[in-house]
Amino acid sequence: MSDPGYRLLDCGDRAMTVELGKTVDPTVNAQVIALDAALRGAGRSGLLETVPTYRSLLVLYDPDLLTRADLVALISAHWPPPDGSAQALRRWRVPVHYGGEHGADLADLAGGAGLSPEEVIALHSNRDYRVYMIGFAPGFAYLGGLDPRIHASRRTDPRPKTPAGSVSIGGNQTGVSPPLELPSGWQLIGRTPARSYDPARAEPFLFTAGDLIRFDPIGRAEFDALSEAARAGETVATLERIDG
Amino acid sequence: MAEGLRVVAPGITSTLQDAGRQGYLRYGISGSGAMDPDLLALANALVGNLLDTAVIEMAMVGPTLVCEVESCRIALAGAPFAMSLNGRILDSFTAHDLRRGDRLILGAPRQGLRACLAVTGGFAVAPMLASVSTHTRTRLGGLDGNPLAAGDLLPLGAPKFSDRPLTLPPLHRPRLGGPIRVVLGPQADSFTEEGLRTFLSVPYTLTARADRMGCHLDGPPIAHADGFNIVSDGIVNGSIQVPGHGRPLILLADRHTTGGYPKIATVITADLGRLAQVRPGETIVFEAVTVEEAQSLARGARRTLAARRAALVPAGGAELDSAFLLSCNLIGGVISAGALEPAA
Repeated sequence: MSDPGYRLLDCGDRAMTVELGKTVDPTVNAQVIALDAALRGAGRSGLLETVPTYRSLLVLYDPDLLTRADLVALISAHWPPPDGSAQALRRWRVPVHYGGEHGADLADLAGGAGLSPEEVIALHSNRDYRVYMIGFAPGFAYLGGLDPRIHASRRTDPRPKTPAGSVSIGGNQTGVSPPLELPSGWQLIGRTPARSYDPARAEPFLFTAGDLIRFDPIGRAEFDALSEAARAGETVATLERIDG
Repeated sequence: MAEGLRVVAPGITSTLQDAGRQGYLRYGISGSGAMDPDLLALANALVGNLLDTAVIEMAMVGPTLVCEVESCRIALAGAPFAMSLNGRILDSFTAHDLRRGDRLILGAPRQGLRACLAVTGGFAVAPMLASVSTHTRTRLGGLDGNPLAAGDLLPLGAPKFSDRPLTLPPLHRPRLGGPIRVVLGPQADSFTEEGLRTFLSVPYTLTARADRMGCHLDGPPIAHADGFNIVSDGIVNGSIQVPGHGRPLILLADRHTTGGYPKIATVITADLGRLAQVRPGETIVFEAVTVEEAQSLARGARRTLAARRAALVPAGGAELDSAFLLSCNLIGGVISAGALEPAA
């Protein structure tokens, strides 16, 4: 049999990882998201859950309803997923208050990059990022597409607690924290009042893998006002539809 | 006035758990749920509940509860925790009726680690993301995402008494111990052959770093073939990660959804409940099986659960209880629940 372009790895008796690559790569991630959409769209009973990650798709199944052999055949039948299906259909505009007490590492990061804090903010906010995956904690979004000029290594001394809603940089990635105080070794550059996760809200999660995100710098007063609105259940981040 | 079960002392980590959350892993939400789903089902069956009704899951030392409703029926399934009602020793795997003011004391288990306490009608607690299961790190489920705390009042759902309390005859009760079987992978190829041999032959000791999220094991290091960082991918209940120090870490119900260490193997579904009863200081020997064998073992475990439910009979009254207790005492020695009550 010729190389199908993926590897199937058993994760015990009720799950399988479809591994499409071993590195963080936008093309591979786009394939993961397209395959996820295709399998979910197939609507097969016994396919319980899927978890898209950078480079692989975890598929949980009930072997009494969908045998392992049937799952293998289902994946094969949906490979390769249609090219266009990974194209983002929506973009989130996410307000961020950069620097100061909300971005403890902004000044150091700028210094290390030979830039002013304002230049870092401009480079970080003025582009679209792709949500590669949600993981580590509820609603934590790993984003690809960071400008190489502001790549920054993780802290040697991770913080046991970082502020809720932190926007941070770790290596060649940037991320948005949910409203939880997470441990993190990433460099903190700002905070968003938007709550990417709120179990009490009708729509508990904002972002999903494949979405685009663009950050809009805001001032301190606006941050406080939006934080209050977000606590009252408003989304605060705005959603734009992208016409294919 | 609010009524329910009052928590006088919470025990070590007692949480409300049901069958857990399904469909939210893609958003970074743990599955949570009872560490041994069969005990969840059995405890509920004993009090006539739907099998996935929320229960109190306890570990190592159970809670002390006072009945602040007219009456309710409870049953404990799992490790043999010392249990007493107003000072009278109670049998587990048997339903008991509580009246207002009764004091139920759960002590420590003679062996094993965890048990589920079901109450007829369940707990009247609002589900979060479709489950009552407590996930403390993200403050989900339970009472405001917390484990039980002294002073909490657990409101009860509408009780539906059957005629007589049920019991599971001793012969049918789950036994502790036995192998922990695994399916190798998804990243077994990240380890040397020597490393795989070590993993499958040497006993590993459960350390004190063991909770609902996972358990760290101690033993000879397992050699990685080429480094120990992989690009994060998905984790399931039972995934066994091996970080840089070479000692395995088994991820369980409350795990992170993704992780960046290679996973040498996955504990099979049929053995997750048994694993939940291993105490810190006890050892595990891993045994590899195929996916097909693991699936067949899971079907076997479901047949066993069905047989246990079919074996439930009305409890025989005080005479049988004392006969049973006598037999326990002959084997295990007398244990007073009160003596094991934690200092509140």
